[in-house]
Amino acid sequence: MSVTNPESEHGQSRLWTFHGGLHLPDEKALSNDQPIEPLRLPPLLVIPLRQHIGAPARPGVRVGDQVRKGQVIGTADGYVSAAVHASSSGTVIAIEERRIPHPSGLPAPCVVIATDGQDAWAPLPAPLTDYPHLDPALLRERVHWAGVVGLGGGAFPTSVKLRSERHIETLIINGAECEPYITCDDRLMRERSVQVLEGARIIRTLLGAERVLIGIEDNKPAAIAALSAALADTGPDTHIRIIPVPTRYPSGGERQLIRILTGREVPTRGLPAQIGVACQNVATTAAVADAVLLGRPLITRVVTVTGRAVARPGNLAVPIGTPLSHLVAHCGGFRETPRRLLCGGPMMGFALSDLEIPITKAFNCLLALTAAEAPDPGPALACIRCGRCAEVCPVRLLPQQLYWHARAKAFDRAQGYNLFDCIECGCCAQVCPSHIPLVQYYRFAKNAIWAHEEERRKADQARARHQARQARLERLEQERQSKLRKKREILDDTTAATVPGQVADGDLDARRALIEAAKQRAAAKKAAAQSRIEPVDQG
Amino acid sequence: MSSAVLTAILAMTTLAAVLGLLLGYSAIRFRVEGDPIADQIDALLAQSQCGQCGYPGCRPYAEAVAKGEAAINKCIPGGEATARALADLLGREPEPLETEVQAPKVALIDDQACIGCTLCVQSCPVDAIVGAAKQLHGVLAAECTGCGLCLAPCPVACIRMVPVGSDLAHWRWPAPTERLAA
Repeated sequence: MSVTNPESEHGQSRLWTFHGGLHLPDEKALSNDQPIEPLRLPPLLVIPLRQHIGAPARPGVRVGDQVRKGQVIGTADGYVSAAVHASSSGTVIAIEERRIPHPSGLPAPCVVIATDGQDAWAPLPAPLTDYPHLDPALLRERVHWAGVVGLGGGAFPTSVKLRSERHIETLIINGAECEPYITCDDRLMRERSVQVLEGARIIRTLLGAERVLIGIEDNKPAAIAALSAALADTGPDTHIRIIPVPTRYPSGGERQLIRILTGREVPTRGLPAQIGVACQNVATTAAVADAVLLGRPLITRVVTVTGRAVARPGNLAVPIGTPLSHLVAHCGGFRETPRRLLCGGPMMGFALSDLEIPITKAFNCLLALTAAEAPDPGPALACIRCGRCAEVCPVRLLPQQLYWHARAKAFDRAQGYNLFDCIECGCCAQVCPSHIPLVQYYRFAKNAIWAHEEERRKADQARARHQARQARLERLEQERQSKLRKKREILDDTTAATVPGQVADGDLDARRALIEAAKQRAAAKKAAAQSRIEPVDQG
Repeated sequence: MSSAVLTAILAMTTLAAVLGLLLGYSAIRFRVEGDPIADQIDALLAQSQCGQCGYPGCRPYAEAVAKGEAAINKCIPGGEATARALADLLGREPEPLETEVQAPKVALIDDQACIGCTLCVQSCPVDAIVGAAKQLHGVLAAECTGCGLCLAPCPVACIRMVPVGSDLAHWRWPAPTERLAA
């Protein structure tokens, strides 16, 4: 097949490798044969206003409002933010805090819609099929309106990534899907390959990239074949290449995939744009195509429901805001009580507390693992300094050193070992013979450092305000003093003018007489005033 | 012999005089304004200006510590971390805090009870309370350091301290629980 070696015909001779990584049992066979099924509409949709990185959306509807499918219910609040839309028609019955998919299990503001079953569309903006000749700002505005965010799990607002100050040479479309169990991108590439390619073309036009590389792990031959067929069907396109990459976790990490396909390294604390690369997930690409070519906002996504605790694992097209229980019911319920319930894959996913949590834009997989699949590792043993974590680390960090320093709360030392380059892929914890929850330590350390920086920032702000206040008080005091001084000077001048020269003894007596006379006048006045008031009081 | 001694004495005296003048000049020319140690200490303090250390603000406490007059464990809002950072900076032994560290709080004014007396406005060290005479006062929660200095002046006791909410924006991954096998 021509796609297995596409590089030779385009002059690119090789793929690169990244350090470490793991060969994991991929477990994709549980669900990768199941076509994407539309999900029955749930009676209630719980749509969080914060489904992305950046500022939460501002609610644009009120309780009691009728909404239609695709209507904006939360507007983007700022540049790095994303709009939220109603996934179906119905009535807004509440805008309140509900639990959302998040490792904390904390609640966040959500719009709750009671669906009416009509599934009636709101008026949609016109398709922009002639996109190569349109103003890029118009296209970006459309993607911004559609609320498209990174669907690979990052949930970063896509419209922000569609503009670059630097020249982008290579656009990488990430179809690696390297985490075990997850098959939603695989199915999407097989069933919606045309949208994926169209989206890739739109983004390439926007960024002015010379080439598009679609990287797919070679354990998904059907997806590679489907995309290649679609590419052949839509005419010769020398800009786009589909490149199978060896299956090795975490090849789907942004930096890892860039390394594999281009051989270039993204700098520490830098962005791919610095080396002329932009990276988008395949599902995001398809969502961009829907927004531009159909005028449709992001209101559904493909979710894999899998794990051996699920009776019938599958891939579902789920309206955003559908409660997890609805998905589980569609898949025949649980075969046995799951030991672990995860959002995402077994490596990077986080535990979910219950099934009333809604699906959000970045929710790619509901994983219900049995006790056999996720055995309790037991209590952690002491680190034996075997060094296996360092062997598998795809970023070439020293996980052991990071662990010691994070555990001792010596955060500056952990930063010295480049803690913030850790992508939290979990390879180190996976191979650790002592079952130390290494990634948890790194997350804790990163968060503690952020909290400390935030505290410092607040302290600096408080110091500045305090100093400004001190300066103001001092200035006011000085102004008061100078006013007093002026008054006193004027007073001195007038007394000097009326009583010129030295005060003689005789003058003193005359003055006393004057003062006495003034006192008597005042007393007389007071008495007169009282005699005037009293009758009024009595009357 | 005596001339050699004289030459040596003369040379040393001249040298001493020249160097002395140089030192004297540079002491004036390169004079350091302020106290750099106090600045460094001030940079580590919590800046809530709460006065719990017994000094009227963070800067006076920093100056007292720099002079060696105050202990390094008096900053209650800064907690253990500040005490440790101060110990590191000054090369002293870390001392345990005398009081329990409390969760961060901000002031909240009861809008039904506030009489608009402006006493709290005047007491706030960071100007985090806004209001005018006979108008309802309000706390700028983002600026409030939670020092509690506004509580005492209020004649109707309408201010209380509420803990900063634990919403998603403030949530942090906790430290892993050590479950080491015996």
